This record gives sequence, C-alpha cells and structure tokens, in this order.
Amino acid sequence: MTMANNISDETIDYVGILAKLALSDEEKEQAKQDMGKMLDYIDQLNELDTSGVEPMSHVFSVHNVFREDVVTNGDGREETLANAPERSGDTFVVPRTFEE
Amino acid sequence: MERLEYTAVGLGSAIKSGEVTAEAAVEAVLARIKERESALHCYVTVDEEGALSRARAVQKRIDSGELTGALAGVPVAVKDNLCTQGMRTTCSSRMLAEFVPTYTAHAVQKLEQAGAVIIGKTNMDEFAMGSTTETSAFGVTRNPHNEAHVPGGSSGGSAAAVAAGECFYALGSDTGGSIRQPASFCGVVGMKPTYGTVSRYGLIAYGSSLDQIGPLSQDVTDCAAVLTAIAGHDDKDSTSLQREDTDFMSALHEDVNGLRIGIPRDYFADGLNGEVREAVLAAAKVLEKKGAVIEEFSLGLVKYAIPCYYTIAAAEASSNLERFDGIKYGYRTTEFEGLHSMYKKTRSEGFGAEVKRRIMLGSFVLSSGYYDAYYLKALRVKALIKKAFDDAFAKYDLLLSPVAPTTAPKLGESLADPIQMYLGDIYTISVNLAGLPAISVPCGTDENGLPIGLQLIGDCYQEKKILRAAYAYEQQSVKSEG
Amino acid sequence: MKKSYETVIGLEVHVELATKTKIFCGCSTAFGAEPNAHTCPVCTGMPGSLPVLNRRVLEYAAAVGLATNCEITRETKFDRKNYFYPDNPQNYQISQLYLPICRNGYVEIEAEEGRKKIGIHEIHMEEDAGKLIHDEWQDCTLVDYNRSGVPLIEIVSEPDMRSAEEVIAYLEKLRMLIQYLGASDCKLQEGSMRADVNLSVRETGSTQFGTRTEMKNLNSFRAITHAIEGERERQIALLEAGEAVIQETRRWDDAKGESYAMRSKEDAQDYRYFPEPDLTPIVISDEMLARIRAGQPEFREEKMERYRKEYGLPDYDIDILTQSRHMAELFEQTSAICGQPKKVSNWLMVQTMQLLKEKAMDAEDICFSPEHLAKLIALTDAKTINSSVAKEVFEVMFTSDIDPEQYVEEKSLKTTNDTGELKKVIEEVIAANPQSACDYRSGKEKAIGFLVGQTMKAMKGKADPAAVNAMLKELL
Repeated sequence: MTMANNISDETIDYVGILAKLALSDEEKEQAKQDMGKMLDYIDQLNELDTSGVEPMSHVFSVHNVFREDVVTNGDGREETLANAPERSGDTFVVPRTFEE
Repeated sequence: MERLEYTAVGLGSAIKSGEVTAEAAVEAVLARIKERESALHCYVTVDEEGALSRARAVQKRIDSGELTGALAGVPVAVKDNLCTQGMRTTCSSRMLAEFVPTYTAHAVQKLEQAGAVIIGKTNMDEFAMGSTTETSAFGVTRNPHNEAHVPGGSSGGSAAAVAAGECFYALGSDTGGSIRQPASFCGVVGMKPTYGTVSRYGLIAYGSSLDQIGPLSQDVTDCAAVLTAIAGHDDKDSTSLQREDTDFMSALHEDVNGLRIGIPRDYFADGLNGEVREAVLAAAKVLEKKGAVIEEFSLGLVKYAIPCYYTIAAAEASSNLERFDGIKYGYRTTEFEGLHSMYKKTRSEGFGAEVKRRIMLGSFVLSSGYYDAYYLKALRVKALIKKAFDDAFAKYDLLLSPVAPTTAPKLGESLADPIQMYLGDIYTISVNLAGLPAISVPCGTDENGLPIGLQLIGDCYQEKKILRAAYAYEQQSVKSEG
Repeated sequence: MKKSYETVIGLEVHVELATKTKIFCGCSTAFGAEPNAHTCPVCTGMPGSLPVLNRRVLEYAAAVGLATNCEITRETKFDRKNYFYPDNPQNYQISQLYLPICRNGYVEIEAEEGRKKIGIHEIHMEEDAGKLIHDEWQDCTLVDYNRSGVPLIEIVSEPDMRSAEEVIAYLEKLRMLIQYLGASDCKLQEGSMRADVNLSVRETGSTQFGTRTEMKNLNSFRAITHAIEGERERQIALLEAGEAVIQETRRWDDAKGESYAMRSKEDAQDYRYFPEPDLTPIVISDEMLARIRAGQPEFREEKMERYRKEYGLPDYDIDILTQSRHMAELFEQTSAICGQPKKVSNWLMVQTMQLLKEKAMDAEDICFSPEHLAKLIALTDAKTINSSVAKEVFEVMFTSDIDPEQYVEEKSLKTTNDTGELKKVIEEVIAANPQSACDYRSGKEKAIGFLVGQTMKAMKGKADPAAVNAMLKELL
C-alpha cells in the first residue's frame, strides 16, 4: 500500500526529541509506517468543509470555575517525595541540568 | 466456598438484613478470584488482607446504623487507572509498576463513603490505550465467556471481573468506548455518564476532554446505584458539572411509552456483523412493543468520528503522559548519560508499543506547522459531530445502536493492524467527542455464545432516560427468558 | 566610515502575583519553607491531579491590564506549553497563547525626547516553575517544587524601546503601577519581577527589524543595563564583520559580563501549545470588569494632582511621597491624624528616605505606623522633646515601630522644663568658656551657637534649644 504521507527519518527523529522517546531502528521503521497510515486516515477529515466552524475544545459551556485564594494544604513533603526514584533530603535528584 | 449469587444491590440489602456479612462477601469474592483468576487474569492487584479488614470496619458501621446505602459492604473492583491511596496504581504500565498514590480518586472516595469494599485493581490496556486489554504490561485478560477471546478494553479487567463473579461491580473509565465495549464483549452492563458527571480527580488521564468514569455492573439497577454513588460535583475538577438530578435509582421503571428512539442508519452499514445487527434490532423491537416510537434516521459524519477522535485523543495523551519522566515517581531507567538520555530511556523502556505509537502521533499533530491542519481541523470536525447529535436529539429522546461491530475477537487478532482495531470503536467514539451519556446492555449472544451489547445514547444530562429504557428492555428480556 | 546603529528592544516581564496560594492549588506561596513543603499532587504533577484556577490571579491580571491601558479579553482561555525540564513537573506549563487575558495596551515613560508610549502586546497568566539547585558535590541537580505553580503574569511589550535608559524607565513604571495595585512586590533581586530582553540592532534610519536574540537571567537593573550594552556591541560587531546574528536565547552571566547561547540539540523549541482541557474558559462579564475597575486604586498621577490641591505641598515633596503607594498612604494617614502634612512630608522625605537608602530597603518595607509618626510629631510640636532627640526616637521607630510616647517616657528623654536647673548649667557653661562669652558680647553673634551646643551637651540633649538660646542671651 502506498501512503500519501511519507514520514521521513528526520520527522521521526524530530518527534522523538519532542516526545522524549528513543526508538530503535526497527521501531522507527514501524513508527514511520504507523504514522503514515494514521495521517492518511486522518486526512479524510479534509473531505469536510469546516470553514466558519469554530474549533470546539470544550463540549460544555461551563466557564468561570474558580477557587478562592485560601491556603488549604499543609506540609506536603512526605507525600510529594514518597514515590521519588531518587531523593536527597527533601528534594528530588536529577542528572545535572546545567551545561557548561 | 459457595459463590454468592447476588447483584450488588441485592447483596447490599442481604448485608443490611444480616443474611450475609460484608466479610463473608469479601471471602466469597476472594474464593472466586482464586478459582478463576489464573485463567482470566482480571486483576493487577488483589488486596486480600486490606479488603477483609475494610469489610470488617464497614460491617461495624453498618451494624451501628451509620452506613445505610445500597452498596454498603459490597465488594468492588477498581480499574487500575484510578488512584487509590496506599494501593498500587499501575495503569497496567511498566512505567507505574511500583507507583503507590498518596491520595484516592474522588469517585473511589465516594464509593468508600458509601461503604464499598475495594477488592483490588483491575487490568486494562496500558494507560487505557487499546480495545482488548492486550496492551497491558502485565499480561492479557481473557473473556470469561470464552477464554480464547479478549474481554474488550480498555476496562477489560473490570468487565471480565464482573462477568466472572470476581467482584459484584466495578469502576471503569471510558475515553472512546472503554467501558461500553468491554461490557458488551463480557455480557455486563456498562455506562459512560455525561462528561463532567463524575469527577476525574484521581483518574490518570488519557484524553482529558473525553475521559469519564463509570460503572460496570451485572444489571441496570446496579448501574443506577453505582452511578448515584459516584456522581456529583467536585471542587477539585474544574470540568465537573453542578447537577441536582443524580438520584438515578428513581429512573428505574418500565414505562417507555412514547419515548422517541432514533436508530442511526449509518451505524448499520458495512462492517457490522449480521448476528450483532439482528440482536440489536430485535432489542429495538422489544422497546417498540413496550410503546417506544422507533424510527430510522441518518446521523451523518460517522466515518469521520474515528480520525477526529484519534487526533484529539493522541494529542491530549501525548501531553498528559509527559509527566512520566523518571523524576517524581514511577520507572526510571538504570543507565543513562545525562538528563535527556534519562528522559528518553526511561520513557522508551517504561511505555509499551501502543502508548508510544499514540504519543508519537499526538506530538506530531501538535507540532509546529501541523497544528492547524490536524489538531484544529479535528476540533472543528468535533463541533460538527456535536451538532449532528444536537440535531438528532431535537427529534429523539434516545439513539439506539450496536456497541461494537462484532463480538469479542480472539486474542492476538486485533493488534496487528491499528486502524482495523480503531475501526472497532466506530459506534462508541462519537459519544465521547460529544460528551454524551450512553449505556451498553447485554442483548443476546452470537452463535459461539459470545455476548452482544445494545447501546443506548442520550442527550447530555439524560442518563435517566437511558436507564429507564435500559431497565425496561432488561425487564422484558428477563421475562422472556423466564 | 563607521555606520551608526539603533538598538531595538522589547521586554518580556514576568511578575509573581501576591496571592496567598498558588495558581491552581491551595498550597501556600510563602517564601522560606523547607524544600517541597509547599507542594501537593497538583503542583507536582502527580498522575490524576487537576488544576482549579485561583480567582485572585485573574483579578490581579485584569487589574494590571486595566492599569496599563490594555483591552481585556472577554473570553480568555489557558493553553498548555509542552517542554521537558525537571523544574516543570508536568513537563507542560499551563499558560496562555491564543487568548491571553490582556492585549494592546501601553504605558508612558519619560524618555530623552519627552513622554513616550511603550506598547504592551499582551499580558498572560501562567504558572511558575520549581527551583533547581546544583549540587556540586554529588554532581547532580536537586529539585524543589515550592515555587512550582506560583502565579505569574507575563507582560510582553512591543519592540518600542531604544536604550537601556528607556528599558529601566519602563520597568520602573511597571513596577510602580503593579505595586500600587498591590498585585506584586516586584523585587528583581528576589525574582518576583524578572525581565527577559529581546534585542536587535539595525542601521539608523532603517525601518526593517534586525534578527533578535532573547537574553535571560537578568536580576537587577544593573545587569539589564550591562546586558543590553554588551549585546548591542556583540551584534554590531557581528554585522560589521559581515556575519549574521542568530535568533537564539542567551543567558547573561553578570559576573563575567557576557552572555552565552543556551543551545542544545535536545531543545527543539516547539512547544506544541493546545487549549488546556482541564480548565474551563473564563468569560469576563461587564459586572466582573466593573468590579475590578472599581477596585483600582488611585494611581500616581491622580494622587499627585490631588496632593497639589489638597495639601498644597511643593512638587518636590509630592514626587517623593508618591513614588510608592505605601509611602503615600503613610503620608495620608499620618496627615489625617496630626493635620500637619508638611511636617509629615518632611519626616518621610528626609529621615525616612535617608534610612531606606542606608539600609538598602524599599519604601514597601517601611514598618512604622501612621499613629506613631503622628505621636512623634506631636511630641516635637509640644516641645516635649527636641529635634535631635526626635531623630533618635525616629530611628528606633523605623526599625521596630515602637510607640514614641512610651519610649520617651521609659528612656527619660523629655526636655527639662526646670528653668532653675537650666540657668545653673548655662552659668557653668559661660564660666567655662569665657572666650566665647566675650566674643558674643563684642558683637560676634555666631559665638552663641557654640555655647548652645555646650549647654545641650551638658543637658544630655534634654533641653529645648530655643529656650537655651533665649536664656543664654539674657545671661550674657
């Protein structure tokens, strides 16, 4: 099957950077196929004339949901850090972020 | 140990009357789990000790008259994407294999307040992405009606557990049919409420604008009871609705006289299995006989619902799943060189193939240069689909359709071709796009004895109409069987 | 011939709002807590958690918009900005791209050529990130989410500024407006106000914009000035050498006095914004807007005008008094109590400003109450204490807001009314300083000053200098 959407290696690498996924060569080939097919499929939407149609992100007209500016939470340290893969004192540990 | 043949509401009243204790109910369920679980694998986690001690505590509160609700003391299974404080919540993903939440989802909290006893957490498609429960990182769940077949998904563990008697009812979540389709495949009742009816706080998000929590139950009465227990406004969920009409038990009567039911002709086109068609149309006849006015009509736009849905769901999922990065919780890869390598290896090893597929697609459709062409286009089509339903509900009280084009496929048949798998969601998906409530009710079996589901779709807030029609149908079919 | 260049500058100013709680959860925004103490599932991106907007954030943002002549977007929405970084727990920041709350405003600054309007492109609401601490010892980074979810507004200017002076004037103007609103304390050093500078250069007379760079990590006016000068020079040097300026983000190192590019191949700068599905749109009704408008304080210009009419103060005084809302309020309240605006003004303009400068404090940090200042003025008016004692008392009051009446009583600082005692002391002073007494008597009037000083010293300050002066003249 030929696809209208040919996904390049560059695109897969680029999306991999955005999504923080490192795919093996095999997975990349699969991803190119899958994404091409899906995009061909999604392209069907272009059969519909949607000019003048507002994009609908929320189905309901619910709006103005607020909380009041009142402190309701206490010391959350233990809960926050309970599942930390690596912890130092009361902080999370990550590989160094400062590049020099 | 003897199996307790009760519905959830039936068991609730038996416990109240002292016929059965909550503890005995849990013991019976645990025995059933021992018996069936090795074959079916409905659960990711069964919390035997915890369930027994919770049952004893609940029993005391029932005895003291503090707990009087319909579900007090009744064991429940919870889909493993609903956070439970102190109880592992995995989303059936390697990413969260050891994750123990520090808080409980609002819907589960409401069940606990009603005296429900949580047995454990049910298997699902990883992060609710799938239609078969085969994408679980912890192994497949099998259909209790035929173990060579899938239970459907993504709430397959919940549906199978209810069908197999491994719990009395269960909670699931439905983003594109994930409650209704497994309910249909497993021959149980499953309902997706109007978007915003049940708080999503504590539900690990897949597609935030589409996700809703709902019940999987043995019958319509149980469904109404569970929905009554879990519905209600929650300050912690901005999209939670303020609703007063959540006494769903009041909808359980058989009067469907004059109820206008539309049958979308486009749902009965190519690709629909003949036996499923016959069963669903026969169910329509039952309702017609009871006084409902049945009419065929053309809903329109049906084939666009799937591409529209997968664009929106994948986009939201790609963002929702960014938080799984190996820093705050969940899986972290063991060997890495620097921050970005840690991110990439963690996520590549922690997520399964289907999840990665959707994250890649979602990241792509949101990326610079494609947002308008794909994502905004899908949001515009969504508006058209919503409008098509608005037009339909101007004429009809309910829409009636199949839940899925076929009965449960065999294990291993679906995953090879994703688009083919996505096509299986064709009747359920637009309901999520439009935020509507819908139910799946068993309406017979195919020649292999696999269950078929009838879908009733209502306009927003019209759960009671759905429950009334479903109840009327169920009563009639019970009578005709008897 | 060397070309002449014009600098074109636009600013992105982040301001931390002075709410009690974070933008989407009920965690405190207070400074100084133990790491991660002010966190919950929402502001640490726990699975299943959901945001709910703090009403005050919207009100503050709209108020700043009104104060900067913006149009308020009547239907405003939040969007997700997706990027991976450890200070960003969800790996997306909830911000506004498509429908920011305020658009198309301006503020006026005093520029070299007179009054100048600086356009405001938009103001949007967003959440702050957590704090990353570099651990040299373990060679890793530690993450503290206490600041994660603290509400921010980002004020994006048009590229209307042409010099560091204009940038500073613009920032000072914003700071004053926002402080008057009480929406933030706007402290650059503490990070409650942060400015990113977008800068490009072009040949004078050109109407095309050059390629711009964005500079971050500017946490003082000094750093901003240096960074602007440095970047201007760097870009001109590139152009003169026939090289192109690259559009990029640069980090200013104030210690080294240079900037460097923040580049990474893993950093695609493609934020994949889309509408935040977990928050509902906000519709700002006429009533809401009217309420926010009614809550706007009297801003500086109006205040200055009123002070001229109501208090008849010199422009010099008014200029200083109205530089901070807190100072102005202190002035008004104290004047209302004691009815002597000029005296109040003098205390604030002279002693207060001097102490603020000495202690490197902001006017917002003044802690003494109007009641106490009024009492101090009453004490000097009644000649209960003399002016030098009053200054001493004021210094104590400035640091710890003591009650001057009580303090004067406790420390026995009252001026002596015992003329007998005073006479005795003066006689002793005259006797001890015959030369000065002689000088005075022979017509050198100035000599009396020394004698007054000696008398005051002997009285340990507790005398009224006017009375001393009079008695000295009499006795001489």
